Amino acid sequence: MPLAQKIKYEAERDQDFARWVIAQSGGENLRHCIQCGVCSATCPLSLYMDYTPRRLINLAREGFKKEVLSSLTIWLCASCYACRVECPKEIQVTDIMYALKRRAIQDGVYPRRFPIPVLAKEFGRMIFTWGRVNETLLVIDLFLRTNWFRFLSMTGLGFNLMRTGRMSFMPDSIRRRGELRKILAALDGENKAEVAK
Amino acid sequence: MKYLYFPGCSLKGTGKAYEESLLAVFRALGVELKEIEDWNCCGATAYMSVDETKSYALAGRNLAIAEREGLDVIAPCSACYLVLNKTQKNLQDHADIRRKVVAALKTAGLDYKGTVRVRHPLDVLINDVGLDAIAQRIQAPLKGHKFAPYYGCQIVRPYATFDDQDDPVTMDRIIKAAGADCVTYPLKTRCCGGSLTGTVPEAGLRLAYILLKEAKKRGAEAVVTVCPLCQFNLDGYQDQIARKYEALDLPVVYFTQILGLAMGLPAAGLGMQRGIVSADAVLAGR
Repeated sequence: MPLAQKIKYEAERDQDFARWVIAQSGGENLRHCIQCGVCSATCPLSLYMDYTPRRLINLAREGFKKEVLSSLTIWLCASCYACRVECPKEIQVTDIMYALKRRAIQDGVYPRRFPIPVLAKEFGRMIFTWGRVNETLLVIDLFLRTNWFRFLSMTGLGFNLMRTGRMSFMPDSIRRRGELRKILAALDGENKAEVAK
Repeated sequence: MKYLYFPGCSLKGTGKAYEESLLAVFRALGVELKEIEDWNCCGATAYMSVDETKSYALAGRNLAIAEREGLDVIAPCSACYLVLNKTQKNLQDHADIRRKVVAALKTAGLDYKGTVRVRHPLDVLINDVGLDAIAQRIQAPLKGHKFAPYYGCQIVRPYATFDDQDDPVTMDRIIKAAGADCVTYPLKTRCCGGSLTGTVPEAGLRLAYILLKEAKKRGAEAVVTVCPLCQFNLDGYQDQIARKYEALDLPVVYFTQILGLAMGLPAAGLGMQRGIVSADAVLAGR
């Protein structure tokens, strides 16, 4: 068995990353965590996570950047806010998960062909193009980019949606697409200015 | 009574039956709904994973357009309801976010002062219309029927503005006003899996299965929901759930459909035919 280091030296932790997490909106109370585990207990998805929410919060504030950003945990969070309302220290766990997802996409460290980050990006692209989201087209696009085989297994659902008149192949568009793009473009400028700082 | 209506993408797509039944019920109750002019997608949960400020700006454009009318906004979809309320709150609490979003809106000739109230149809039905007024309109009470009231996550969490976070009751009261009974359903605010049902089915399907199984075990003839994504997950994936776990054959309807039926409105106008698991057998011969 190859020898692997299981515990980090103090100096190997990324303290800048920990400070970055705390600076995100929702990250303010991160240091208050008492590791009680209520978040993990209320989370309906913690049983599938590589690190439960309690462990992820601890890793994030201790600067375990690589472990946190490449974890499945952040992508399994379905944003149900159960942890957030039960947390005795009022830590905004869901918003921390969002911040970590954004950072993982930005740094390009999310699991490849894992559909959730792909969905998030395609969703964004569809809004930029049309201003609204057509669920049918979004789902087709998602499966073509990630998993052909699974797409075939969805034909039953597709047929049922068609039968009940709940499916449409025409993108629904807003009228003033230019107005929306202008707003989003203005924030691109804002984001660039922030990176330059 | 007059409100602005923010449908969101799902109510124009897979959640059509929610729009149809909501509009029919509110019309019959004498409440006027005006669709927000040229609304755009709220950004839902997905866009927040891409860009935070932009997701507030997406919701901000809708709020800016709504503010011109000076009316409360009704957002029936749980994701839209949460995103619009979250945006409203963060624009209020964080000067930095507000400055960026308002500046971006201004480049397109829009402005937002922060005065819009975003409300859920349950809130409006209970607190503005009132149960007494609703009771007067009940013509075909759903006597003897038992339903599981399923609220899902995002209408009471994290902002409990009109109901309790752990044990919400507004929908229970609507179901009872419609003449039906509610089963005790402790999973009423548990997550349906959201978009995971499609993206990571091994995790998502299980969540939907647990909700359906528990409702059935407690004697519910149907699950009643307030959210297009919950409805989609619990209704649309039942054949896959049957293959993986067990067949449950439990209809999943919107609270507005139940109320509309009890008010004697025609089933087709309430989108009853759009359920993939048909509710005909449950509601036939009442």
